[in-house]
Amino acid sequence: MHIDYQSLRFEYRRSPDQSAAQLAHHPVVVVGAGPVGLATAIDLAQSGLRVLLLDDDRCLSNGSRAICFAKRTLEIFDRLGCGDRMVEKGVTWNLGRVFHRDDPVYSFNLLPEGGHRRPAFINLQQYYVEGFLLDRAGALPEIEIRWNNKVAALGPREDGVELTVETPEGEYRILAEYVVAADGARSPIRKAMGLESKGRSFRDRFLIADVRMKADFPAERWFWFDPPFHPNQSVLLHSQPDNIWRIDFQLGWDADPEEERKPERVIPRVRALLGKDAAFELEWVSVYTFSCLRMARFRHGRVIFAGDAAHGVSPFGARGANSGIQDAENIAWKLALVLRGEAPETLLDSYDSERVAAADENILNSTRSTDFITPKNESSRAFRDAVLDLAKDCAFARRLVNSGRLSLPSTYCGSPLNTLDADRFEGLMVPGAPALDAPLRDGDWLLRRLGGGFTLLHFGAASPVMPESETALRVVNITPEDDAEGLAATRYDARPGTTYLIRPDQHVCARWRRFDPEAVRAALRRATGRG
Amino acid sequence: MLNTEPNLAAPDDFYEALLAIHQDLTPEQARIVDARLILLLSNHIGDMAVLRQAMERARQGITPAGQDATITIRA
Repeated sequence: MHIDYQSLRFEYRRSPDQSAAQLAHHPVVVVGAGPVGLATAIDLAQSGLRVLLLDDDRCLSNGSRAICFAKRTLEIFDRLGCGDRMVEKGVTWNLGRVFHRDDPVYSFNLLPEGGHRRPAFINLQQYYVEGFLLDRAGALPEIEIRWNNKVAALGPREDGVELTVETPEGEYRILAEYVVAADGARSPIRKAMGLESKGRSFRDRFLIADVRMKADFPAERWFWFDPPFHPNQSVLLHSQPDNIWRIDFQLGWDADPEEERKPERVIPRVRALLGKDAAFELEWVSVYTFSCLRMARFRHGRVIFAGDAAHGVSPFGARGANSGIQDAENIAWKLALVLRGEAPETLLDSYDSERVAAADENILNSTRSTDFITPKNESSRAFRDAVLDLAKDCAFARRLVNSGRLSLPSTYCGSPLNTLDADRFEGLMVPGAPALDAPLRDGDWLLRRLGGGFTLLHFGAASPVMPESETALRVVNITPEDDAEGLAATRYDARPGTTYLIRPDQHVCARWRRFDPEAVRAALRRATGRG
Repeated sequence: MLNTEPNLAAPDDFYEALLAIHQDLTPEQARIVDARLILLLSNHIGDMAVLRQAMERARQGITPAGQDATITIRA
């Protein structure tokens, strides 16, 4: 069944809260039904919390917008119960190619090894991502969504935040114990609280043209510097479902955004790329500039900022929506523990430290890519052109070509929730790292076995018995037979007895060479902000 | 450690060759040649600590009189 998610309009419905004699209480109010708000709400609901999701509009994303969803995001969607739909609909890709003028100069495979359930990336229009998340949210009775409900004011109280909500029928007030502000780059909540996001803006403009056509380009990311069909500027091509192609044309700072949006300006640019006889229709056009910026802190008492509301990056690297989804899963399990009284509210400060560090990593990568694509002075332009020229015959220069360093999840190296290694380990699965997937017997996958909640991942012939702890803990034992290909043991540098403590967001927080219930208990206390 | 002691066997030959690759070039063309040369030599040296020392010495004593094309923003 095909649903045109972009054209769906949702009903405003009056809530009993609007005529309640007393202020209605809600444990969590999530503001903004974009990808980040929806993912946060689903994650909270899956841990049994009642969630109210408010959106000031009554529709999903207008235009394809964020289209590249990374492997880690897909793994999060798996845990949220909608990964298969995303991957079935999306265009899977792993390979990026870079051209300079007419010549291929460099290509990169973002997932060069096998044994992963999910690909490096899928391309999928943001309205499908939101639509599939919304369908999943609709299956969870804990989630209530109120469309056309705009937060107009916030008032902090000792026991929560009082929200004034505007509706077509006037204002009403509610009390939220915690608010997750996922209300986008222009975040009205950020403004209402007198907070700001600061950073750098780049003097360049880009045209996005979504084009509907039948074409035989492969499902790869193609990036041109100075191509003959668009001289002196760059062009990026991506494939989307439904025979839609995303083309980004760099225009330069002097371009007139109003003029460049007009079909009579856009069509010749597309024709120059596709050939003069190409048959296509324009699906969506937008002209944009971009910035790299973030708020100084993402947690402000009982209000927590996530996604574009908290931080912004340039689009090269697909680090916007992907990092927002990682914000969502980072805050969701922590809020759930705090609201159930199983962790102190100071646990929420670790959201701030972990995700601010992640935002800085994303901003750094995205700024470096932008400095390469949009040289900011004549010297940077000369070095950029020199790199592209040398890349033809000097291998070292290909490593310097930067058309976007694509989204990877952050490792929370310095997190206060980590327990430092006492035993010797090799490889990537250091405390703070996002757990790597691996194939298991009978078509199963390691990340699917981990699921959500705190998990003790043990490698050995028999499962250890964990005495009851204050925080619920599941034990997943991987026997040599389960790990038929041996990839789980390789990726986790595991020997019989190796034990990992995995957080609900599937990041490693501690590991040992042998199972010791006391060490596990201490690490669990630490990972829940009680250590 | 950046070596700033004499290390070129024939300094005059080196200097002549350096000027020769810039002969009859416009400033823009010369900048391209210099950029390529810096990249090739940097990769050959490979040692980031040495490169940073060289970059620092190269930049020494120059007060910026230009402006990069980025803008500080508050949203």
